[in-house]
Amino acid sequence: MITHVAFWALAVIAVLAGAAVFIVNSMARASYSLAVSFICVGLQVLLLQQNYVGVVTILMMVMEMAIMAVYMVMFMGMNPALMPMSMVHDKRHALAVSIAVFVLLATGVLLEPWPARRGTPPDDVTAALGEELMGPKMLVMAAVGVVMAVTIVAGVVLAAHRGRYDRFGDDLRRRPARDPQPGGVGR
Amino acid sequence: MSDPSVRVVAPLWVLAAAGLLGLLVLAAAVLDGALSARAAGADVRTGLTRPIGEVARLMRQRRRVTVAADTLLWRVGGAGLLVMAMMIVTVVPLGDWTLFDLDVGVVWFNAMDVLAWAFVWLTGWGANSAYSLVGGYRFLAHGLGYELPLMFALVAPAVAASSLNVGTIAAAQQGLWFVVWMPVAFLVFCMGVLAIAVWGPFSPALGPDVAGGVSVELSGVDRLLFLSGRYALLAAGAAFAVPMFLGGGAGPLLPAWVWVLVKTLALLAVFVWLRRHLPAARPDLFMEVGWVVLLPAVLLQDLLVAGIALGRS
Repeated sequence: MITHVAFWALAVIAVLAGAAVFIVNSMARASYSLAVSFICVGLQVLLLQQNYVGVVTILMMVMEMAIMAVYMVMFMGMNPALMPMSMVHDKRHALAVSIAVFVLLATGVLLEPWPARRGTPPDDVTAALGEELMGPKMLVMAAVGVVMAVTIVAGVVLAAHRGRYDRFGDDLRRRPARDPQPGGVGR
Repeated sequence: MSDPSVRVVAPLWVLAAAGLLGLLVLAAAVLDGALSARAAGADVRTGLTRPIGEVARLMRQRRRVTVAADTLLWRVGGAGLLVMAMMIVTVVPLGDWTLFDLDVGVVWFNAMDVLAWAFVWLTGWGANSAYSLVGGYRFLAHGLGYELPLMFALVAPAVAASSLNVGTIAAAQQGLWFVVWMPVAFLVFCMGVLAIAVWGPFSPALGPDVAGGVSVELSGVDRLLFLSGRYALLAAGAAFAVPMFLGGGAGPLLPAWVWVLVKTLALLAVFVWLRRHLPAARPDLFMEVGWVVLLPAVLLQDLLVAGIALGRS
């Protein structure tokens, strides 16, 4: 009973905090209302006894919002959050798209014949979920993970505007390297 | 899900746990007061009572108000550190008892420690003050350096015990404490605790060169909450290190819960003492130290631990 009440209360807070992202007039508030929304979802997942997935959701989302705050000031230069600003852009199209998507998903929910439960939930629901999602494709998933990491590294390498010749000189012999921002280990 | 080595106590014991954390905070603050007094050449006894006087002073102090402050986020950030610390101690077993026998307690600690990113930055942000914002970003710059090594340091005991449950990890060290054969992970974990408490080498976010950084505009009860939150995080981190690396309640003669407290207090005292014995880590320089030195070191530690764990099983 308490679990049900908590679940629905968290659901309501998650939706309201999600809506607040577009209503508040500061980027810091928008970022952290999104974080609150995700924390509520993470707690709901905890209530579903997917402990690992729930806690990791909270972990990732809080960190993500903090990183977003770093970029917020880095790219905006000015201090956007202390000057009120609107959190929505291109209102009409955005509204049309979001209403259309909502209607589509809601129709899907209502029209889909939901299956009744067969059997009982397994002891370790997280392991069962992983098995169900990945199962026979585990090799593919593991390979995709490595490919993604390599893509990120390659993307950063290609995007870096200074290479080793800029740092160490044409003969790569200059020590210490000439860096606009020296690092802590003196490379 | 639950582990036979620990017993979940009734929810009302949360109050006792909070009181215990409060006592640890007081002990840490008194020790820091005494060490400050000694460093300043004053009588050590004046330092012992300083934290209590400071509490009384801050309770009576009128709140400072800044123009166009984001009050909601400011207060959330300032009070958050204390909440984080309490959430961490819920999964730490005190001998045989625990408040919350979560099967993924290690990940829980990790999720709570990243909240520091939010709370410290929000404290710096909310005041609408340039120096406090500079402090907030200094903390995030430290965070980019310490967080990944800390995460991988938490992996080592979990791999060795084949469990993310804190009680099981403590029980897995009956023969040999994890600190003995995974010292790198332990040191990096301790560094992470100092970092989330904005303590010692990680205090440039509160540096005097930026007029106090994050805490520059904090006054009265807000400052009290923020400062005691830092001590509470040190205490909670020390308490979490006990089941993770220091054998939990293992020890001769005394009951397990006393050993947990003794070890926690000892580590906490070391943390407090370190404040004056380590240089400040400049946020811009520390980033590279974190990624080029600490992360590979702790990954090698994980590899070693995984190899040993594989060999034993």
